[in-house]
Amino acid sequence: MSTRLIYFAWVRERIGKPEEDVELPAGIETVADLLRWLKSRGEEYEHALQYPDVIRVAINQEHVEHREKIAGAREIALFPPMTGG
Amino acid sequence: MPAAVVPTVRIQAEDFDVAAEIAKMTQGRADIGAVVTFSGLCRDEAGRLAALELEHYPGMAEAEIGRIAAEAVQRWPLQGLTAIHRHGRIAPGENIVLVVAASTHRQAAFEAANFLMDYLKSRAPFWKKEHHTDGSEGGWVDAKEADDEAASRWKQAVPKRN
Repeated sequence: MSTRLIYFAWVRERIGKPEEDVELPAGIETVADLLRWLKSRGEEYEHALQYPDVIRVAINQEHVEHREKIAGAREIALFPPMTGG
Repeated sequence: MPAAVVPTVRIQAEDFDVAAEIAKMTQGRADIGAVVTFSGLCRDEAGRLAALELEHYPGMAEAEIGRIAAEAVQRWPLQGLTAIHRHGRIAPGENIVLVVAASTHRQAAFEAANFLMDYLKSRAPFWKKEHHTDGSEGGWVDAKEADDEAASRWKQAVPKRN
């Protein structure tokens, strides 16, 4: 099953695309695992995810912590801390 | 205990009319004693800023503000609650965000509007990018720690609905 990844603000600009569908390799269980794996996919990902602790993540449009399991996620969004209001 | 009101949440590119939003909430009723509004506007940063560009996460923006608003109507005895957030390019002097809260007595409306803004700033998926008057791109606005602290203070001292 493929998972849709969506990027916003400077995460989107650094990765160079707004979204993509990926097949997650076996062993990627949590958000932290996903960030580690993505970071290894190339320079642009390394640049975007250099400091994984600052990256905020939403699964199926709800905020989650990095320790959250991603099993069954249709849509995972990665973005910087929010600056609305 | 009366049922909590259903909040109105809108995410839109176009401007909003503050007076019209208040009128919508209060029209035809005589039980509301207090209406508090908060409007957030785009500043020009002493002439440096040409515009803000607000990026948002469609779907989640509505959902997340809806979740915050739903918590507000659980925590305070409100008679109406509206939150509107704009996206896209916004020039200095223009509106960005509006919160309207109505209650029988003022305290609930003040607190609920304050709560909604504090949470919205740190949890609603919007990001501001600056465009400068000299034509340069100013980059993404950094999140403020003070905004996270402002939101976290609501975790204590939960007032009960009565």
